[in-house]
Amino acid sequence: MVEFLQFTLSGISFGMIYAAIALSLVLIWRGTRLLNFAQGGMAMFTTYVAIEVVHHTGSYWAGFAAALAAGVVLGAVAELAVIRPALGKPELNAVIITIGLLVLLEGLAGILYGGQFRSFPAAFSVIGLRAGSTPLGVSRFDVFVAGAVLATTLLLAIGFRYTSVGLRMRAAAFNATVARLSGIRVARVITLGWALAGLLGALAGVLVSPSTFLYPNSMDSIFVLGFTAAVIGGLDSPVGAVVGGLLLGVALSYAAGYLGSQGSDLTTVVALVILVVVLMFRPDGIFSGARVRRV
Amino acid sequence: MKHGSVLEVSEVSVRFGGLTALNAVSLTVAPRQVVGVIGPNGAGKTTLLNVLCGFLRPDEGQVLIDGRHYRNLRPHRLAGLGIARTLQGVGLFERLSVIENVMIGASCRATAGFWPALLGLPQSSRDERRLRQEASQALDRVGAAGVADAWPGELPYGMRKRIALARALAAKPNLLLLDEPASGLAEAELDELGGLIRELAAETSLVIVEHHMDLMMSVCDSLVVLDFGKVISRGSPQEIQADPAVTAAYLGASGSDDD
Repeated sequence: MVEFLQFTLSGISFGMIYAAIALSLVLIWRGTRLLNFAQGGMAMFTTYVAIEVVHHTGSYWAGFAAALAAGVVLGAVAELAVIRPALGKPELNAVIITIGLLVLLEGLAGILYGGQFRSFPAAFSVIGLRAGSTPLGVSRFDVFVAGAVLATTLLLAIGFRYTSVGLRMRAAAFNATVARLSGIRVARVITLGWALAGLLGALAGVLVSPSTFLYPNSMDSIFVLGFTAAVIGGLDSPVGAVVGGLLLGVALSYAAGYLGSQGSDLTTVVALVILVVVLMFRPDGIFSGARVRRV
Repeated sequence: MKHGSVLEVSEVSVRFGGLTALNAVSLTVAPRQVVGVIGPNGAGKTTLLNVLCGFLRPDEGQVLIDGRHYRNLRPHRLAGLGIARTLQGVGLFERLSVIENVMIGASCRATAGFWPALLGLPQSSRDERRLRQEASQALDRVGAAGVADAWPGELPYGMRKRIALARALAAKPNLLLLDEPASGLAEAELDELGGLIRELAAETSLVIVEHHMDLMMSVCDSLVVLDFGKVISRGSPQEIQADPAVTAAYLGASGSDDD
C-alpha cells in the first residue's frame, strides 16, 4: 500500500513534466496543425541558458526566469523565422523544418556547451518527504514540479477561457478563414501560440533536468513521452494533454516500481503499449472532439 | 460622410486562367443603401464578394472603401475598415459557444492590444465583459438571445444563420456583405429576414448576394445583375423586373445580344 502511494506520487510528479511538453505540442498543433519535433530541443537549449545564468548570478530563480523568457523568445523567433515561410506549402515541409531545427539546436548546444552531462540544480530539497515515518516517494522539489506545471496550466486555461486574446486564439485554431474575416490577425495568434509553447517547454526542461542531467540530447526521451501523452489525450485538447501526461507518468511509475529491475528499461515499451491500446479504442485520443476533422 | 460612397468598385476584372470570372464590373454603394447582386449560378456573384473582402485580388480595376484605395487589402483588415461579411453556408466556430462566436465579431474593436492583453489581465477581462455585452445585444437583435449558451451544432440551420448574422452585426459595420442570407430558410424566416434587413439599412449599407428573387425585390434599393461575369443590367427592382435582358439571362433565351 505504501509502495502504491509512493509510485503514484512520483508518477504524478513526472507526469506533470510530460503534461507540460504535451501541452506545448497541443498549443502548436491547434494553431498550425503541425507537430513540432524541435520542442524537446528548444527546451534543452533554454535549460542551458538557465544553467549559464545560474552560474553567473548564483541565483536559481534568475536562471528559472531566464529559461522561461528564452523559451518565449525562442518559440516566437522559430515560428517567425523558419515555420511561417513553410506554412501553406505541403505539410511535410514544415515537419522536416522542425526536425532540422532540432538537429540545429542540438548541434549548437554541443558546440557552445560541449557534450558532457551537466547537473542542473533543483529549486528545493530532493530528499524524500515522509509522513510520520513513512517515506512518500516524493521530495519537496517533486511537489514544486507538480505545482509549477499545474499553476502554469491553470493560468493558461484562464487566459484562454476569460480573455479576448484567448477567445481569438481559440477561434483562429478552429477556423482560420472565418477568424480572418472577423478581423483576427491569425498570423499573430500563431506566433503567440509558439511563444507560449516555448514557455511551457522551457518550464519542462528546467523541471526535469535535475533528474536527468543536461546534455544536448537530454530532452529527446522526454519529448517522446510528452508526444505520447499528447496523442493519448487527443492532439487537439489541452485538458487531454494534461490528463494524458498524468496517466502516462503514473503508468510508467507503476511499471518501473512493480516490474522490478527490468521495469525502468521497459519505460518506452510500456508507453507504446498504452499508446496502442488507447488509439485502438479512441483513434483520436481520449479527449478529442466527437467530430473528426479532415482538411 | 465626406465621400459619397461607402464602397465603390470600378471596372474590376478577375481571371482564373483562361476563364474570366468578372469582366469590368462596377458597383457603387451609398451610405445606408441596400444593393443586391443577382444572377444565374456561376455568374460571378461570390467572386465579386471575395474581391470586396480581399480574398481575391482583382487583375484589373480597383475597390475604393470610403473613397480610399487599399492596394493590399487583406481579410483581417476588413473588420477594422468597418466591413463585415457573412458566408455562404454558415461558418460558425463549432467549438465555441454561440455567445463566444458573436464575441469574436465584436472583438475586432477590442481595445486591449495583443501583448498588453497577455500581460495585463484586468484590462483584458474588462474587454471580455464588454464583448460579452455587445454580443448579447447583437443576439437580441436577430432574435437569438435564448440560445446564447448553446453550441452551434445543436441548433437548427435557420438559427445558425441568425447567429452568423449576429456575429457580423457585432462588429458594428458601416457595410455589411451578406452571401446568400436566405438560402435554406423557411418561408416564415424569410419574412423576418427581410424585415431585419430593412431595419439594418437604417444604420448601415448592405450588399446582398442572393438567389431568392421575392426577397431581393422587396429589400433592395438597387440591383446589379451579373451574367457570365458581366453586368447585364442595373437599376431599381422595378427596372430590373422590366428588363428583357435579365429575363433572357435567367431563362437562357437567346437574342439578348442585340444591345
